[in-house]
Amino acid sequence: MIPKRESGDQFAIETRQLTRSFGAVTAVKRVDLRVRYGTIFGLLGPNGAGKSTMIKMLTTLLNPTSGSATVAGFDILRSPREIRKRIGYVPQMLSADGGLTGRENLSLSAKLYGMSAAQRSDRIRDALEFMGLAEVAHKLVKTYSGGMIRRLELGQAMLHRPSVLFLDEPTIGLDPMARRTVWDRLLALRKQYGMTALITTHDMEEADHLCDELAVLHLGEIAVMGEPSKLKAAVAPDATLDDVFAQTCGGTIQEGGTYRDVQQTRRTARRLG
Amino acid sequence: MFSRPEERPVGWVERWPALKFTTDSAAIADAELIKIFRDPTELFSRAVQPVLWLAVFGQVFSQIRGIPTGDVSYLAFMTPGILAQSVLFSAIFYGLAVIWERDLGIVHKLLVTPGSRGALVLGKAISAGLRGIVQAVIIYLVALALRIGIRWEFFAVAGVLSGVILGSAIFSTFSLIIACIVKTRERFMGIGQVLTMPLFFASNAIYPLELMPDWLKSIAAVNPLTFLVDVLRGLMIEGGRSTHSLAVDFGVMAVVFLLLVSIAARLYPTLAR
Repeated sequence: MIPKRESGDQFAIETRQLTRSFGAVTAVKRVDLRVRYGTIFGLLGPNGAGKSTMIKMLTTLLNPTSGSATVAGFDILRSPREIRKRIGYVPQMLSADGGLTGRENLSLSAKLYGMSAAQRSDRIRDALEFMGLAEVAHKLVKTYSGGMIRRLELGQAMLHRPSVLFLDEPTIGLDPMARRTVWDRLLALRKQYGMTALITTHDMEEADHLCDELAVLHLGEIAVMGEPSKLKAAVAPDATLDDVFAQTCGGTIQEGGTYRDVQQTRRTARRLG
Repeated sequence: MFSRPEERPVGWVERWPALKFTTDSAAIADAELIKIFRDPTELFSRAVQPVLWLAVFGQVFSQIRGIPTGDVSYLAFMTPGILAQSVLFSAIFYGLAVIWERDLGIVHKLLVTPGSRGALVLGKAISAGLRGIVQAVIIYLVALALRIGIRWEFFAVAGVLSGVILGSAIFSTFSLIIACIVKTRERFMGIGQVLTMPLFFASNAIYPLELMPDWLKSIAAVNPLTFLVDVLRGLMIEGGRSTHSLAVDFGVMAVVFLLLVSIAARLYPTLAR
């Protein structure tokens, strides 16, 4: 039996005083967030601001220390399995399996989402065409370019038509053309399926281009939140998101991010060539 | 404004949890096996060591005749032990691949799917188990070349292969548990090296239990490798005898396997934290 939804139809993601500590360090502090269905929400912030911890909690990979959250109407602690059926996830690392072909990667995801053989076949064909990968579907993923891997991962994350898509720095290390293609696909997915996306990024141009609303996390807390145009206008008439970011986080230089974070980022960059 | 999108129907397997568990395990095992057989270099490189044990160590020690081995030669006596050793040494480093998958984000992506943790772990164990068959084939070929009397009855060969699959699944799951605890390749390599030789020497692989001092005998009595060797010794060579019945050997190994899978299923999600 499917557990009862905790919240109504208005918010795809809702957090209440969401907090996560690692020993003495509090990575996310009492965060209240609401993301409306069908919007792309950007989570910005310097290294170590708590963005990845937020995503891990919302994708049920990590339990909060205190507070609560609902995703697609289900509580992250009470109904994690119901949430997993309804979300897609593109991690920061290039996580498609290089030892498998593009089609095999998609097939594995489709099976884990419980699709029938007929449904799998249709969805995989559609995803490959939509992502422009039909011609290389039979090739090992380790021969793909970084942009192709990211498109494959987007296709993988969307196979089961999730209500909410989580993307952790999806264009990190991509060249401008590949980055633009990922943006286009993401916007097309939103248009076609009305999907909600939560995206973390360091790229202000990306945030400005994609996000309907964004929040800047600083030292684990939400420093500012709102529509990009309003956030910029609040700083200066001709301000950019860089200015918003600098004003919010620039006052204190934080050497955030662990050794492992840096290692992961470099590994992703290396895989992208 | 968008509202919560209409839920898409999930695949029919979702309605039967046991079936979903089976199909999830099969999907993981299938993907793992594709990778193994696409690049079998590791399987064959791991076969070098057991061949040396049999062709060099075994041939030399057969001349000493100081170890009581009943009606069979020492070389024949140690052949099942070397197959068990080969299974152990190959499976015990399985955790390295899991740590690699963690570093690439593959573990994160798998854990965000609705596939149960137990099914993900079981699928990996099944593929590792089937991988052991290659070790068995290699030892059978070496035994043939060394003119060791082999039992070729269907029941005997099927029993050996079943033992090898189960043994390989046990030690690879044990390895996965270690990977979940240590989380880095450097620490894993150290622990892997430390564990393999004690497990090997505290078993009946190359000498009978009766020769062991009491303290070692009590360790060997709870060492899963002892039960694997016992199965193989009873079924693989002409004149070979098991200490326990096959039911006891397989029963103990099955219980150990289920216990390890349940522990691994609990620890596997910690890889993504």
